[in-house]
Amino acid sequence: MKALRTNSGRLVVVVFLALLLVGAMLLSLRFGALKLSFGEILETLFQRRDGIDYQIVFNIRLPRVLLGAMVGASLAVAGTILQGVMRNPLASPGIIGVSAGGGLAGILVMLALPQFGAFLVPAAFCGSLGTAVLVYLLAWRRGVNPVRLILAGVAVSSMLGAFSSTILLLNAEQAGGVLDFTIGSLATRSWPQIRQAGPYMAAGLAAALFLSRRLNILALGDEVAAGLGIRVERTRLLLLTSAALLAASAVSVAGLLGFVGLIAPHIVRIVIGTDNRFLVPGSALFGAAMVVGCDTAGRMVMEPSELPAGVIMSLLGPPFFLWLLRRHSYEA
Amino acid sequence: MRLEVRGVSAGYGAKLVLDGVEFEIPAGKIMTLVGANGSGKSTLLKVIGRLLKPRTGCVLLDGKAVHSCDTAELARKMAILPQLHHASGETTVRELVGFGRFPYRSGFGVLSARDREVIAEILRLTRLEPLQERKLSTLSGGERQRAWIAMTLAQEPGVLLLDEPTTFLDIRCQFEVIELVRDLNRRCGITVLMVLHDLNLAARCSDFIVTLKGRRIRHIGTPREILQPEILREIFEIESVVHVGADDIPYCVPTGSVKEEDNKNGDGGL
Repeated sequence: MKALRTNSGRLVVVVFLALLLVGAMLLSLRFGALKLSFGEILETLFQRRDGIDYQIVFNIRLPRVLLGAMVGASLAVAGTILQGVMRNPLASPGIIGVSAGGGLAGILVMLALPQFGAFLVPAAFCGSLGTAVLVYLLAWRRGVNPVRLILAGVAVSSMLGAFSSTILLLNAEQAGGVLDFTIGSLATRSWPQIRQAGPYMAAGLAAALFLSRRLNILALGDEVAAGLGIRVERTRLLLLTSAALLAASAVSVAGLLGFVGLIAPHIVRIVIGTDNRFLVPGSALFGAAMVVGCDTAGRMVMEPSELPAGVIMSLLGPPFFLWLLRRHSYEA
Repeated sequence: MRLEVRGVSAGYGAKLVLDGVEFEIPAGKIMTLVGANGSGKSTLLKVIGRLLKPRTGCVLLDGKAVHSCDTAELARKMAILPQLHHASGETTVRELVGFGRFPYRSGFGVLSARDREVIAEILRLTRLEPLQERKLSTLSGGERQRAWIAMTLAQEPGVLLLDEPTTFLDIRCQFEVIELVRDLNRRCGITVLMVLHDLNLAARCSDFIVTLKGRRIRHIGTPREILQPEILREIFEIESVVHVGADDIPYCVPTGSVKEEDNKNGDGGL
């Protein structure tokens, strides 16, 4: 483990995680109701551009795999940023209200205003982002301190959760239809969702990579960071904005996929340490692999029907994480 | 480096903590701020270290106001170690010291040859070389504080501001920290301004001591001039006996607190 804590060691881990992601994506392309060999997949994609196989691989599986990877990377990086900004290992994308806000907007559109069903993605995106902005403004008092931000996030989330529950109760007979969204799933997602959320995710990931060094410094405490020449409030706002953008775009296309944003950063941190310059790309790759892997597993366990990725994640994630936690002396 | 404090008033919200503070920190010397709890020592240090904006007045470093100059450029001239700092226990000593090079780096932040040279030199200076690969969580309190001071030194500052660097340390570690500060001042000519609670420790390592009370500076002088029973009664409301040791350094033995009735004649009472 110690050998991995040098910069070259960390780079090796990041490369390994990239390979892990590629592997997970290939397996995900291959398995499902229709089983194809890798050769058949390649042939379908590049030569036989017609027929049902091509439709399944190109219009169903490929976008789903790509979207899963993007969602996982976004949530894991949002979690990494928030754990660093809040200096709190329990921070996850939900903590700034993005889950509650996106959840409420999604439920509202699906149950109360079904005539606007086509606007589910933008509505959930605006709900998530809007809630994050609200939480930030409520926590503001001559600057934003992490504890106030967390408490404001919990309070606002709880209130929005109550609204969501009310809508669910009033529409109890249709509530089953939104389960997919509230648990988090990639089923039926395709290219339109990638086009809608992709640009925001790309922008958020690029910003996170660019800011990762400043995140290292911010983690030392506001005053230490200011002493090292960082404009603390401005940097924190930039980081929170990228986290909110990432989490909101993930929620808007995949629903309330929990756990990956909290756990992926920890798992990668156990292996390569706390340096965000490696942790941000590492978490992105591992989070992506987690979501793609869980989505694939969800498609396979109960064929021909499927379990949402969120369920598999919450079932398999914790034991794996607890196993890692017990094996290593780890202090977030 | 010349550091001047000019007519500084500062506070938090409605509370005014400093009012018209004016003094100079002599270049290449060690100056220590002392005063009772809540007398504004840390606030003054924060204002000087541009962590807090003064309501009025200014702080000048070589004639330039610290609150209006480029903060990253300032970080290469002046370093501050606040009381509150966090670092993950997973961070190694070397990584922590490396953070001190932040003001010198750009882009993704790969350490340059010069950065590595400075870090190695500072690890040697602070005697942290054997501990450089250790995680902070495995260090003693004194070692950890040394690592933090080393982080500020990596900024290659001309002025070092330390807020209670010896708090929570046992007596040997307190001396280690103080001796390190003295050593840095002698060898590298760093100007030091720090806050200390222990008067005898302050007397042992400072060239000058500044006392603060009632939002203002009351005295500035050498340890011999400041460690006087009358001054300590005024500033700390304690009775004390002051001796001068064989090494010519004064030390005080507090014998009790000043009771309110004794205080009526003085100006420090309620």
